Amino acid sequence: MKQLPTDPSRRNFLGKTAAAGLLIAPGVLLHQVAQARPADEAASSKVRWGMLVDTNTCSKGCDACVTACQTENGWGGEHSNEVKSSPEQQSQWIRKVTLRDKQNGHEQSLPLMCQHCETPPCVDVCPTGASMKRADGIVLVDKHICIGCRYCMMACPYKARSFVHEELHDQKPYAPRGKGTVESCTMCVHRVDKDGTPACVEACNKAGHQAMWFGDLNNPNSDISKRLKEYGGNQIRADLGLNTGVRYQGL
Amino acid sequence: MMRTLTLMAVGLLLALPLTIQASDLLPKVPLPAGKDKCVEPTDVMRREHMHFILHQRDETMHKGIRTTKHSLKECINCHNAPREDGKVAHIESKDHFCNSCHSYAAVTIDCFQCHADKPENTNYRHSLVENTLPHHPEMSGSALTKDTLNVLATKGDAK
Repeated sequence: MKQLPTDPSRRNFLGKTAAAGLLIAPGVLLHQVAQARPADEAASSKVRWGMLVDTNTCSKGCDACVTACQTENGWGGEHSNEVKSSPEQQSQWIRKVTLRDKQNGHEQSLPLMCQHCETPPCVDVCPTGASMKRADGIVLVDKHICIGCRYCMMACPYKARSFVHEELHDQKPYAPRGKGTVESCTMCVHRVDKDGTPACVEACNKAGHQAMWFGDLNNPNSDISKRLKEYGGNQIRADLGLNTGVRYQGL
Repeated sequence: MMRTLTLMAVGLLLALPLTIQASDLLPKVPLPAGKDKCVEPTDVMRREHMHFILHQRDETMHKGIRTTKHSLKECINCHNAPREDGKVAHIESKDHFCNSCHSYAAVTIDCFQCHADKPENTNYRHSLVENTLPHHPEMSGSALTKDTLNVLATKGDAK
């Protein structure tokens, strides 16, 4: 029987992989992640962006996060055509929710927005592929292919999505939005791509509440991961098994 | 019959000096101050610009690639910059860079039902300053020109 020549590339491959495994020590990997992604590089699944809300420090009367989101992404506002829609139809990317324990009257306040699920129901039901999840875990609507059917709005257990009913003008260049499409929290993806922080988190810190954190859930050394490790964090409707990117403490 | 034709010929001759020059009818595409060409040659842009921005749109939307060369936002930043009086053309106006051509060619576009038709940062004229990111002033490394930095460097003040 003729002996087949051994393909050295396979052995080389194994050798290289082993070496690479050694190289990817936690420190090295973290160093890579900590740097801003260049503009021409695609978002990577090595990162999973997430948010953490501490309901104990979230102030009841404060809506700094909501206002910041409106200013940043240009939704709502008195001068927009959106006022023509009925209040329950107007866009709401992020809302403040108050939870009251009926037995003892204890009240909790928290911001609720798109939870950026790992297995998003909105993406499951979208007939066109407009509802999508980026490699780094951010759930978005590609309004170019959204047909405005609103299945995703029905599928979302968090009521996080809105539909634009009116013609809009003077949108923000980095947050295009228009009539006939569904929209929701983008985790300020335009800021995140520039190594920034979402507007709500920034506003919360500015207001001195420090109730919101943003960071990479895959990186054990990020502030958000450390905090989650120490204090834990709940998902809203954890029973649905969606593995949300937004976690809550003190809930 | 002959008389009618003569009258028509005379009429045409009279009308000739009143006709507009062809170049007046063609849309005028403004170039940003300090720049003499677009990111691609004019003939390529004329034929292919829709493909460039369509490709870039998917790259940005789905992969988060935010290079500026073929981005619609950058088209607007450069070509629909505020005029000398500080005003910016809106998409409905024929002064708007996109509309000037599209109304001429009778091609309707719906980009601006969602996208902004003007640059957000009106200080974009700072793009003439070297070594800065004109459209992201908050990210720019230095607001000083190369010459100023050189002067400072020789004095030993700059890092």
